Amino acid sequence: MKKRDIWPWVYIGPTLLILGFFLVYPIINTLYLSFMDERSENFVGLKNYIFTFTKEAMIIAFRNNLLWLIFFTLFTVSLGLIFAVIFDRVRYEPVVKSIVFLPMAISFVGAGVIWKFVYAYKPEGTPQIGILNGILSKIPNFEPIGWLVNKATNNFALIFVGIWIWVGFCMVILSAAYKGIPKELIEAARVDGASEMQVFWRITIPMMKSTIAVVATTMIINVLKVFDIVYVMTNGQFDTEVIANRMYKEMFQFHNFGRASSIAVVLLLLIIPMMIINIRRFRRQESI
Amino acid sequence: MNKKRLKFLPRFFLHIVIISVCVAWIMPSLGLFISSLRGRNDVATSGWWTVFGNFFDFSQYTMENYTEVITASGMGRAFMNSLLITIPATLITVVIAAFAAYAFARMNFPGRQPLFIMVVGLLVVPIQMTLIPILRIYNQLGLAGTFHGVWLAHAAYGLPLAIFLLRNFFSSLPKDIFESAFLDGASYHTAFFRLALPLSVPVLASLVIFQFLWVWNDLLVALIYLGGTEDVAPLTVRLSSLVNSLGQNWHLLTAAAFVSMILPLIVFFSLQRYFVRGILAGSVKG
Repeated sequence: MKKRDIWPWVYIGPTLLILGFFLVYPIINTLYLSFMDERSENFVGLKNYIFTFTKEAMIIAFRNNLLWLIFFTLFTVSLGLIFAVIFDRVRYEPVVKSIVFLPMAISFVGAGVIWKFVYAYKPEGTPQIGILNGILSKIPNFEPIGWLVNKATNNFALIFVGIWIWVGFCMVILSAAYKGIPKELIEAARVDGASEMQVFWRITIPMMKSTIAVVATTMIINVLKVFDIVYVMTNGQFDTEVIANRMYKEMFQFHNFGRASSIAVVLLLLIIPMMIINIRRFRRQESI
Repeated sequence: MNKKRLKFLPRFFLHIVIISVCVAWIMPSLGLFISSLRGRNDVATSGWWTVFGNFFDFSQYTMENYTEVITASGMGRAFMNSLLITIPATLITVVIAAFAAYAFARMNFPGRQPLFIMVVGLLVVPIQMTLIPILRIYNQLGLAGTFHGVWLAHAAYGLPLAIFLLRNFFSSLPKDIFESAFLDGASYHTAFFRLALPLSVPVLASLVIFQFLWVWNDLLVALIYLGGTEDVAPLTVRLSSLVNSLGQNWHLLTAAAFVSMILPLIVFFSLQRYFVRGILAGSVKG
């Protein structure tokens, strides 16, 4: 019997070592580095944080992450929900779902190339090779738009790539929850004369509340960390910078480890509320 | 029935809406694929959708773009690197996670709950918080730019989710089967290898696919720990540098992008069921 007591530690030993070395220690170390100068030699107090919150490039990054947070989350969750509900009504549902879900399988880098090509721009008068300008140029007097360069459109162009990738994920989860709603409930409402809209707002949404919350939390976490799409498509040029890409630049282009660390810490602080929500939800489920 | 006729018009619109969604969703990828098969001049001077005018004129398609990106642009080498990175990184993660998840689900030891809550917390920690300290240690140990370093880093970043999923599965298995196994004199290990693991094959499959696609599609981890050198760079890193160096050579860029996607697409189409199951387990229960 006594011998058994050591085995649990043998089973989780490798995990503890790896998580300790690759996650726990670096988190503490990064916190420390964020108060040091670019070569981590001298203590500089809050200087890096002051930079992080005042430098113009960072303010643009914060603004863009906020844009992502609002539009990406709103559209992935609501489109995912709408798709889940309407696809459920047709017999070819599996095919349709596969098509929308497909982008989840490919890399963000690949998706970046796909969409850079969709947004491709040629001057007016020459044939367009990007399909977006190609379709729009059928409209009389339309001037082709440099979607990724034009400051009015570029952030939304990038956000749409994110939406294209992640809607499938939201749809799959929401669809499972939707199919879990007892059919009698919906039928009963219809028999009582409820319109489809009423069924949607009064039954479907309330019944799926907790799943919608889970999906929205996941999307918010994703959006705060968004990096690949921006790195590949614009690398933050023309005011499309985001926090994670800025951190990469401070680290690799400017070799300022203090500033890079402080940006990472800010990212962590933004994500901590989501972490608390996750832990609370877990504890509730396990009732511990 | 009368009801049916009343529903005809809305249903017609429903089909139109759904089919438009599908067309919109598939169009970007289709454009990439078609362009990758067209010649340099065609791609640069006309929209890819113009092929639909004479779709079956096969003389307009070519495999040359693929030959060029695979050899001259180094996508072939990158493909091998991606395999060399992804397969071990996936196996290491799943094996280590299985042991830990079993301990969390079925063994008693002090600190079990707090440690597991730590794992749940680590699920969402941004990778960015760990890059600088680990890269520094890697530089000192000579692990930067090596596959070993990337395998371990991917294992660390993948472990929390893998443990979380497997632990939930192991604890959902009925208690009785374990109790009767212990009564028959089975040890922890027998119960783990003979009972828990065989029962969890579908979950393990989801997890393997999940981690495989995650590592295959990763850019950041490879970018940081491997650097941009061509002899170790995986597909994502290579492709992202081609985006800069090839610029407007869309005939090549589209082919290169497709090379990077071919394996995930095969995995996706053949094993979609497991992939979906993994996502559901990770989120609904989470």
